[in-house]
Amino acid sequence: MNEQAIRDMALKMRRSILDISHTCNLSAHLGGGLSMVDITATLYGSVMRFQKDNPAWEGRDRFILSKGHGVLGYFSALLAAGIISEEKFATFQTNESDLIAHPVMNMELGMESSNGSLGQGLSLGVGLALAAKKKGMDHKIYVLLGDGECNEGSVWEAVMCAAQLKLDNLVAIVDYNRLQSDGAAPDIIDFGNFEDKWKAFGWNVCGIDGHNIPEIHNALVNCQVEGKPKVLVAHTVKGKGVKFMENNNEWHHNRLTKTHYEQALIELEGN
Amino acid sequence: MVEFTASNARQWSRLGSRGVFGQAILALAESTPDLMVLSADLGNSSGLDRFKKAYPSQFLNVGIAEQNLIGVAAGLAKEGLNVFATSFAPFLSMRASEQIRMNMGYMNLPVKAVAIGSGVSMAYLGNSHYGIEDAAVMRAIPNMTVVSPADCMEIVKCVFAAAKFDGPLYIRLTGAPNNPMVYQGDYEFEIGKAITLREGTDITIVANGTMVYESLEAAKLLEAQGVSATVVNMHTIKPLDTAVLDKAIKSSKLIVTVEEHSVIGGLGSAVAEYKAGFRNAPAQVIIGLPDLFGKTAEYRYLLDKYGLVANKIAQKIMDSLD
Repeated sequence: MNEQAIRDMALKMRRSILDISHTCNLSAHLGGGLSMVDITATLYGSVMRFQKDNPAWEGRDRFILSKGHGVLGYFSALLAAGIISEEKFATFQTNESDLIAHPVMNMELGMESSNGSLGQGLSLGVGLALAAKKKGMDHKIYVLLGDGECNEGSVWEAVMCAAQLKLDNLVAIVDYNRLQSDGAAPDIIDFGNFEDKWKAFGWNVCGIDGHNIPEIHNALVNCQVEGKPKVLVAHTVKGKGVKFMENNNEWHHNRLTKTHYEQALIELEGN
Repeated sequence: MVEFTASNARQWSRLGSRGVFGQAILALAESTPDLMVLSADLGNSSGLDRFKKAYPSQFLNVGIAEQNLIGVAAGLAKEGLNVFATSFAPFLSMRASEQIRMNMGYMNLPVKAVAIGSGVSMAYLGNSHYGIEDAAVMRAIPNMTVVSPADCMEIVKCVFAAAKFDGPLYIRLTGAPNNPMVYQGDYEFEIGKAITLREGTDITIVANGTMVYESLEAAKLLEAQGVSATVVNMHTIKPLDTAVLDKAIKSSKLIVTVEEHSVIGGLGSAVAEYKAGFRNAPAQVIIGLPDLFGKTAEYRYLLDKYGLVANKIAQKIMDSLD
């Protein structure tokens, strides 16, 4: 792992996120997009196996953005990884674009699934992981969820199923930023000890700082337990990288005006 | 190798729709190494007990979790496996309807969702277990194809056709053991292509599922009263075979739809939606289950109560011709 290269990639992704959010001139999910950047930068910058010119390559690792509204932290990774072009990225939230506020399955653009309805990605991941086992293939399946998303009962159906099937090729990552649409997650559904919940369901649990690249990398690459699916509970800061957005839920879904954009760029460079 | 003979037809009819579905899957497995059959803990009730013993690695019980059932099925289908996902009609089509919408509709993944015991065949299990709205829900989802086989032989035909079908599919199984037989020998079955079982000159009855047999019987009763009826097995509710409907619209005095489904949103609605585009289309009588959660009773009792038996269908048609 080249830590500096991943850091650089994450910085570039955050800059792309601010640029596109400003130019599209529409509200976008900034907070949850920024909180996951260090995770997707590590995945696409170092951990995941893919061919940028052949995104549908059968041997690729699969990535599913179950928290579908996190597209800014996803499309910016696809851009930085060279899977989608600058021109394509620039179409974000324009009429009939392939890149909208939630992923739409498009294998040419390296997008594995359609999302936007929360609580569905992990089940699809279980199916992909089971298929890989059946076909004797060694690629991995990564599914990124939000902590708010884990309010959905269907997440826990998939959690139980993955453990039962001993899918150690499946990696769930929870962007644990403790804020959801209407406010602070513990005020809405208090999970108590979130990591213990996954452990109780038979998962291999790694609690990490979701902005510490070596920690993310280590948890993704190592920390393997045979016969157990793995979850990274990645403690993150919503809006990470832009001080006035950090832990400020006004930026869950908002429009980036010129003044805010310029301020955000200064804060980003200062980080 | 499955043989579509009269003796098999009789045996399948005795088994009923669940049993024959299980037999069809068992036979399909012989020639389909990439087959996967998923259940949400209703494997035995879906006729799959023999299949799961014979092909344990191709059967998966995901637990009582229909939402997960569809997601897992979609993941397997995306990787090229031939996937059948089964549960009882309401749990499959409604508990998991958004999963079906996202994974099968939006992503267009070729999962074959098989609804066991649709209509009112669940009898004393009650409305919680009836499939009276499933065709309406499934039909409204873009990319979905919806099929309701006419009898047990057609269920076997449909399972084999489904395995070769490249798209998301919802199969709605109606009927019970000792299902009446529409077919007693081999015939051509193609998803999306209706079958005209009887040619008449006055009216056209369009039916599917268990109501195909009742409609054929009703046509005999009508014949005795001087009304000549065409009977169409519209096994595929979506997409409709419009060529057959065009003919009916042009040449029939009356179009009658008959289905073991709510009168809202099923075959009757689909035919009416199509017919609405014609200036001089004949009137339509929609025969189906009423829009209510009624009292629970024996299967045949309910069909009779709601007029879904030959003599009552014929009577309703005669009344509307007066």
